Parts: sequence; structure tokens; C-alpha cells
Amino acid sequence: MKKMISRRNFLAAAGVVAAAGVLTACGGSSSSTAASSGAASAAGSTASGDTIKVGVMGPLTGDVSVYGKAVVNGATLYLKQVNEKGGINGKQIEILTEDEQGDETQAVNCFTKLVDEGITALVGDVTTAPTLAVAAESAEYNMPMVTASATAEAVTYDAETDTVNENVFRATFTDPYQGVHMADYAYEKLGYTNAAVIFEKGADYNEGLAENFIKEFEAKGGTIVDDESYSKGDVDFKTQLTSIMGKDPQVVFCPNYYEDVSKILKQARDIGMTCPFLGGDGWDGLEGYATADQLKDAYFCANYAKGSNPDFENAYKAEYGEEYPNGFAPLGYDAAMTVVYGLQAAEDAGLEAGSDEYKQAVIDAIASGTIEGITGTFTFDEHHDPVKQTAILCFDGETPVLKEMF
Amino acid sequence: MKNNRKTIKMPVRYLMNAVLVALLFVVLSFVTKDMLSTYQNKVLLTVGINIILAVSLNVATGYLGQLPLGHAGFMAVGAYTCALFTKYSSLPGGISFAIGLVLACIVAGLFGVLIGIPALRLTGDYLAILTLGFGEIIRITLNNIDDLLGFKLFYGAKGLKNIPKYSNFTNVFLCVVITCFLIHTMMKSRHGRAVLAIRDNEIAAESCGIQTTYYKVMAFAFSAAFAGLAGGLYACYIGVLNPSTFGFMKSIEILVMVVLGGMGSMLGSILSATVLTILPEATRSFDSYRMVIYSLVLILMMIFRPGGLLGSYDFSVSRIVEKAMNGELFHKKAEKEGADHE
Repeated sequence: MKKMISRRNFLAAAGVVAAAGVLTACGGSSSSTAASSGAASAAGSTASGDTIKVGVMGPLTGDVSVYGKAVVNGATLYLKQVNEKGGINGKQIEILTEDEQGDETQAVNCFTKLVDEGITALVGDVTTAPTLAVAAESAEYNMPMVTASATAEAVTYDAETDTVNENVFRATFTDPYQGVHMADYAYEKLGYTNAAVIFEKGADYNEGLAENFIKEFEAKGGTIVDDESYSKGDVDFKTQLTSIMGKDPQVVFCPNYYEDVSKILKQARDIGMTCPFLGGDGWDGLEGYATADQLKDAYFCANYAKGSNPDFENAYKAEYGEEYPNGFAPLGYDAAMTVVYGLQAAEDAGLEAGSDEYKQAVIDAIASGTIEGITGTFTFDEHHDPVKQTAILCFDGETPVLKEMF
Repeated sequence: MKNNRKTIKMPVRYLMNAVLVALLFVVLSFVTKDMLSTYQNKVLLTVGINIILAVSLNVATGYLGQLPLGHAGFMAVGAYTCALFTKYSSLPGGISFAIGLVLACIVAGLFGVLIGIPALRLTGDYLAILTLGFGEIIRITLNNIDDLLGFKLFYGAKGLKNIPKYSNFTNVFLCVVITCFLIHTMMKSRHGRAVLAIRDNEIAAESCGIQTTYYKVMAFAFSAAFAGLAGGLYACYIGVLNPSTFGFMKSIEILVMVVLGGMGSMLGSILSATVLTILPEATRSFDSYRMVIYSLVLILMMIFRPGGLLGSYDFSVSRIVEKAMNGELFHKKAEKEGADHE
């Protein structure tokens, strides 16, 4: 008995000691987690004269890591290429990478950690919810940030207060833009006059595309014959599809992610629907999940069409030993390019890295700049969204191929 | 022998604890101001918020002995209440934040009563499933209610933005202290003992004249109210609210903290909330292995300490001082402890 209790006390004490150890470990070092690539860096705790610190963050683990890894790899690839070419005015870029697991709290923590480590600009974040949290936090520091892939309008522009988040830019097109664009494409290019919509309810991305598609399609003069929605996690869409089929639309707009799209396409063909389907960039990754028969006459818009920039694709393969995984990697690459474009201007002006003027110079340069990215040449509009053409892809058998730029 | 034991009077005990808390505040605020970076301060705030969550869930799980899985739902209620109030009120910052937090407590507590009355007629797994369902209902309602009723208040999946960021070290620390104090005093009161009696044997408690339904709902609502407080602090810490934050996994995360700390031990909850919040941040340098470390800690804990870090042991300064005064700190400890806790 006595022995048992002393052991318990011992363990409790050990627990306290361990906790204290963790606390001190947390309070201790502030070394950067990712080493700089290329030339040696004279690391200081603040922005040093010889290197330019750029933060890259995204969900490298967790549910959405497939996007996070692609963005971070794409961005890192570009930054490394800049370093190999001699850096920005001779200064090497030091890349600091953080993993936020797709969680808002962690994203804010990561961001402040990067700020503490002295970054001058940020490539990130990846998914919408954490990006909104980071954007709110970064405004306090006026930290230039370019998100590769957060598509929600609110990331750069707050419709509620009609203000633009001055320090935030994005490389991807927005949800509303995609919806409007696909409506234009369906009505003007493909000549359809009545359409139906099926989308996931309660998801920002899907709702954003669907709402704007409906608005634009009707504004153009088309008719939306049916507007169906489903909930996250649903696997059976036959009720909605049967209802759509009853209304006999010429085309169905299906702005969902590829996991759902593959099921929807299969079930639509099962019940005998033959009309073509349209989608947004969430379709990226569909290959292998649907058959050629199901993908007949299907179109979707994307930032990047596979094969349109072999240099990038080969460099990615050489660096990471695998094909670039999805359209997020080229966007990460372009986001990094945007950041470097801004940094270049600030460096040319000879400003002190990390100072307020420096950050402002980066922001101003990006806002008025033209970036010749691999997803197209783009400038930024007054809401800090890129103005660029989108790639419309169709399917050749099961593989998506570029149909045209629109 | 018992009559001759020296004891400390109640007011002195409280004074002792108050002095220690004040001392901790002074030390911590000195540390946060001068020694910690912004990042470490942010982590410290999340530690505070998680402590409130764990300690409040401990009331329902540890003291009442139920297994509710909807704690994140109450947190969401509090978060949205506080966020909406602070966002739209024209009162000066500090006051609107204080009122917002009180409102968060009250509204979350009301939801606790509302859900507690039907839920607490069940026990065990049934209760777990039911509360899980309620937690999900809250989240899904927040996601869809705007579209359904055609107004713009919660902004659903688009996220509620522009919430003023009032949370800082001082007010989070204050809230942690208030939460711990209120829960501690409640558990030491007649009501608290009734709750413990229900946990230990519901039939026996009922036969002694304890209104089990009343006390169960009370403890449940108490637990929900403090989850609401944590939610309010979270809202004003992060600045952007999204219903998906308050999913089922968040409830599990809080439950893990309580179980790891030891059910029914407040210090255990505080300790494990601290460790489990800091651990993933402190192990960032291990890159993708850090979640493995997190899981390993959980597995090892459950193998070697199935009762949790501290079991049901609760720390008391006055008890230790009393023992020291009676000179039994070391040689009679084993016997005393055994009598107290087993």
C-alpha cells in the first residue's frame, strides 16, 4: 500500500516536472524550423541584412494537407529557384515553413511565430477559414501576405464594411468570380439557356459558386430550372438528381469537390441523365474517380491546365520526386512569385527589411504590379483579386485537357 | 488525537490562496511582458481558454460522472453570443467585453438547462450520443440559420468577421481564476456534495432525499456556462468565427484533456490542458512527427496512468500547510492519503 502511494506521488511529481520541462522548452529557443536553402545565412533573431525571411504556411498535416503540401511545395520551389539565380539583389531568401493543420487557432499561432522570427512577407494561408483568421491578425502588423488558394471573397475584401484588406492578396480567382465565369461560359460559349444547380449546403466554397452562377446566368437571360442542395457527408444524391432530371435542364452546374462530384456523376448516369455537367476548380483531382462515359461533355474551370508549363512541372518533379499533385502547386508557385515581385521593389528602393516603409513598399508594388505567373499573367484589381483568364478544361477520356482560355 | 490537530481557519485559507493567486498573476504578467514573444503569449492565451474548457467539462464528467460529448456546442453558443454583442454594441471596449462574457455565460447556461433536462434522463452511452447530437445541432444551426430565415447575423460558413480582439493575458487570467474559484467553492458546498453523491451512487443519493434531476441539470448548466465563457474569450481572441471550429472533434479534444488530467481533479484538468496545448506547439521542430508525439503521450498515459495524471487527487495548499503544522507531512502521509482518497 505504502509503496503504491509513493509511486503515485512520484508519478504526479514527474508529471509536473515534465510539464515544467515542456513549458521551458516552449519558452526557450527561437530557432527557425526550416533551414535556408542554398547559401549560408547569417541568422539573427530579427530580419538581418544578408537574407530576406519569407514565411510559408499551410496545413502540412491533417484533413486538408493535400492542398497545403501542394501550395507549400510550389511556393518553396519558386523561392529556391530565386535563390539559385542569386536571390533578390544578391540577398538570399530564407524560407520559414510552419504547419497549421487547417486550424484557425494554430494558424494565428503560426503566423505570430513567423512574425517573431522576423519574416518580411508571407505566402499563405491555404484554406479559407484559417486564412480569414490570419488576415485579421496580419492587419495589425500590415504584413504583406499572398494566399495561393483561399477563394472566399472576404479574405481580401470585407463586403460588410466595404473595406479592402490592404495587406492581403491572392493568386487564385475567387468563388464569386468562378461562378460568374462559368455562367458566362455556359450561356455565351456553349449556348445553353436553361440550367440546374446542385451544390453542398453550408460550405462556403460551394455556396459561393452556386449563388453567383445562378445570379449571373439569370442576369444573362437564362433560366435556372432547379436549384438543389445536399449536406456535407451525403453519399446518395438520387433524390436531388431525379428532381433535376424531371425539370430537364440543358446543363447542370455542380460546383463541389471532386469526391462528391464523382459520386454525383455516377448516380446521374445511373438514373439516366445525359446532360453535360459543369464545375469549378474543386473538380481538380477528378481523374481516376470517374469514367470517360460519365465525363462526356463535362467542363470545369481551373487556374492551371496540366501540361501548359512543362518547365514548372519538370522542376517540381526534380525537386520532390513526384508529379505536381494538383492545381494548388502552381498557385503556390505564383503566390511566391507575387511575394518576390513585391520584395524586389522594396529591395530596389533600398529600404530596411521589416520596417513599416518596407512592408508598405512591398504591398504597393504588388497592388500595382503585373506578375507573369505560370497560371497566366495577372494584375490585381481594387479588391486585390487577380485579373486573369481561366483555363476551361474538358475531358479526353478520363484525363482533363485544356479546351480553351476564357 | 484528532481533537488536538491544529487546523487553519477558513478565512485564512481563502486569504492564503488569494495571496498565492495574486503572486502568480504578478509573476506571470512580468514573464509575459518581458520574457515571452508575441507567439508565446498567444499560446498562453489558448492555454488559458483550454483550461476553462477542461475545468468546466470536468464538472459534468468528473464530478457528476456523466459523459457529455457536446461541450464544443456550448462553447459555440458562448462564442457567438459574445462576438455578436461586442461587435454590435457601442459601449466602450472593456465594458462591452465584460457584458459580452457574462451574456455568453448566461446564454450557454440556458442552453445547458434546455439540453440538460431531456438529456440527463439518460445515462452512459445514451447520454453521450444525445449530447453529441445536440452539439452537432448547434453547429449545423449556426451554419444554416441565416439562409433559412433570410437575415445576416451569424454569416454561417462564410464566417463571422470583424470581432474586436479584446482578449489579453489579464482578462483571460482573471476568467481562469474566477472559473476555478466558482467551481471549487460550488463543489465544496452542499450542492457540490449532492452532485458527488449522485456520481457515487444515484439510488443511494435519491433515497437520502437529494433531488437528482435538479442537481444533475444544475451541474450540467454550470459546466455549459463556463464553456460559454471560454467560447467568448476565444471569439475575442481569434477575431473570426466559423461554425466548423466547434465540431465533434473539438468536444473530444476537451474530453481528452479532462480524462488525461484525471476525472474529478481540477488541478489535473488545468495541468493536462496546459500540457496538451503546449505540446503540439513545443514540438513544431519535429515537423510532421509532432502529432505522433501527441498521440504517443496519450497512449502512454492511458497505459501507465489509466486514472489520469492525478486521478481524483486535488491539490490543496492549506492541507499541506496543516500537515506541516502537525508535523505529519512525511511520516504519516501514506496513511492519511489512503483514508482520504480510497
